[in-house]
Amino acid sequence: MELITIILSGILIGSSVYMMLSKSIIRIIIGTALLSHGVHLMLLTMGRLKQGNVPVLDPEVSSYTDPLPQALILTAIVIAFALTSYILVLALRMYRELGTDNVEEMKGVPHDD
Amino acid sequence: MTTNILPLLPIMIPFFAGIIMLFMGKRPVWHRVVSGISGLLMMLSAVWLVISIYRNGTIVTFLGDWMAPFGISIVIDMAAALLLLTTTIIAFLIVVYSFQSIGIEREKYFYYPMVLFMIAGVNGAFSTGDIFNMFVFFEVFLLASYVLITMGGTRVQLQEGFKYLLVNLISSNFFVLGLAYLYSVTGSLNMADIYLKLEDYDGNMVIMTVLAVVFLFVFATKAGLFPLFFWLPGSYYAPPMPIIALFGALLTKVGVYAIARTYSLFFIENQAFTHQVLLLMALLTIIMGSIGALAYTDMKKIIIYNILIAVGIIIVGFSLMDETGTIGAIYYLIHDMIIKAALFMLVGFIIYRTGESDTGRLGGLIRSHPVTGWMFLVAGFALAGVPPLSGFYGKLFIVQSAFGNDLYIAGLIVLLSSLAVLISVVRIFMNVFWRESPAAGGLRAIKSDKLLFSSIGLVIISVAFGLAADLLYPLFEMAALSFHDPATYAGYLTEVE
Repeated sequence: MELITIILSGILIGSSVYMMLSKSIIRIIIGTALLSHGVHLMLLTMGRLKQGNVPVLDPEVSSYTDPLPQALILTAIVIAFALTSYILVLALRMYRELGTDNVEEMKGVPHDD
Repeated sequence: MTTNILPLLPIMIPFFAGIIMLFMGKRPVWHRVVSGISGLLMMLSAVWLVISIYRNGTIVTFLGDWMAPFGISIVIDMAAALLLLTTTIIAFLIVVYSFQSIGIEREKYFYYPMVLFMIAGVNGAFSTGDIFNMFVFFEVFLLASYVLITMGGTRVQLQEGFKYLLVNLISSNFFVLGLAYLYSVTGSLNMADIYLKLEDYDGNMVIMTVLAVVFLFVFATKAGLFPLFFWLPGSYYAPPMPIIALFGALLTKVGVYAIARTYSLFFIENQAFTHQVLLLMALLTIIMGSIGALAYTDMKKIIIYNILIAVGIIIVGFSLMDETGTIGAIYYLIHDMIIKAALFMLVGFIIYRTGESDTGRLGGLIRSHPVTGWMFLVAGFALAGVPPLSGFYGKLFIVQSAFGNDLYIAGLIVLLSSLAVLISVVRIFMNVFWRESPAAGGLRAIKSDKLLFSSIGLVIISVAFGLAADLLYPLFEMAALSFHDPATYAGYLTEVE
């Protein structure tokens, strides 16, 4: 089970690198979103995946799943969500101001006129 | 034991002040009042922290009364307290500086709340004792900094802000990845607890070396160390001066602090490799920064490249990890935060007064601004480390420690970098203040009393810090203790049991 999720997160991170190496802003943003998914999956795997166990303290349950990685992922997902929404707004504004979504054309110091 | 609220004040005051300002709506004058008052309160709480830590040792608070290592603990040792004090002083003075320089439009669009949220994040990153909590505070101040760097929406800001955001986003993701590995290896997130666990463990520690590289990648990107500084000169050039001063003084230093913390607490096993890599990167950073500082004629760019030199010098001190090296590094860290903010503010004043940032098109300012001119020279000398001023002591200790460890080339590079700094800053001074004005463009009439109050105030603080360095030595000795002898940092866990 762990092996599958690790391979999956590897695929996610690999495809995110592919997306981030392209020139279009939107593709780059999708790449960052994929990167955060891959990383979160990795974080989940690091707490050991046990099927059928609960992460809740209950006197009748003897075998637990580690709840901490899940709590950490929740935090990290919220942060990644906020960042993705901000970067999307920024991309829209950039497209309007700079008139391009190609990062190749964003070099040097542009001057306001 | 209940949660002690006083060590949380440097985080809570700016945070709540920011929220209050958000509810006030677009009322710039009220925002100024609230941010000024909260800046003063932060400063008082930080002074209180320094004094009480000097008397009673490290302050520890367990949030929600969950005992360490299970809950999040706020651990403020002397190093963190000194950094908090410096941060709050700089934050207050930059807020005052912004009153007359940032412009009413940006003030309306929640400039002050964002500054205070950033300060809350920076203070939190300094004071937390939990590595995941440090990540969260990193994100808090980074998110505020993304807003600040793009605020106003000029073309250069949008373009460079996007790159800044992207670089930091990627390195933050690697931070989470490193945390995942660290948690799977140690099973803990409390930094002191991780240190104790790693110290007791005698098995194979190769994975920790891999982790050291992952964490170095993350923090070196934030701090702007050698191969990963590429984003810094461009991004820091874009926003208006108060924001550059804030970023240049504080943000890279948080990365440096995180490197020092993790490399003293976690990566203790294979120092021959990890700390050598750190030293090499730091030296290359100094060289690259010197080249940049000498190559440009634009004042902003020169000071921005001086950030790189300073980061390199501090990291040299921390990579040696002995007593003299760490004392020097902390001296230089505090000194550099103060003097960078002061220099950026002085440069900002010149830019606002003349509308020009290239030294080639300026001149003769000493006639109209004698005090500012000489203050700039004093600040430049302090930056280069001329003896009675504050930069000297940090460099003295770092060079002493480098020679003590037979690292003659490292010591020599640190010494020679002072020369590069001196040339770059004095060249600004000579071009801008001394020679005849090439094109008499005339000075802009601006209100500048608060600009000069902040910038000259910081220069005076820096001079006082240099003159009182002897007096403050016990504080720095105490601060360095938790880096070169991390068992003292972890002491609060062993005492509890």
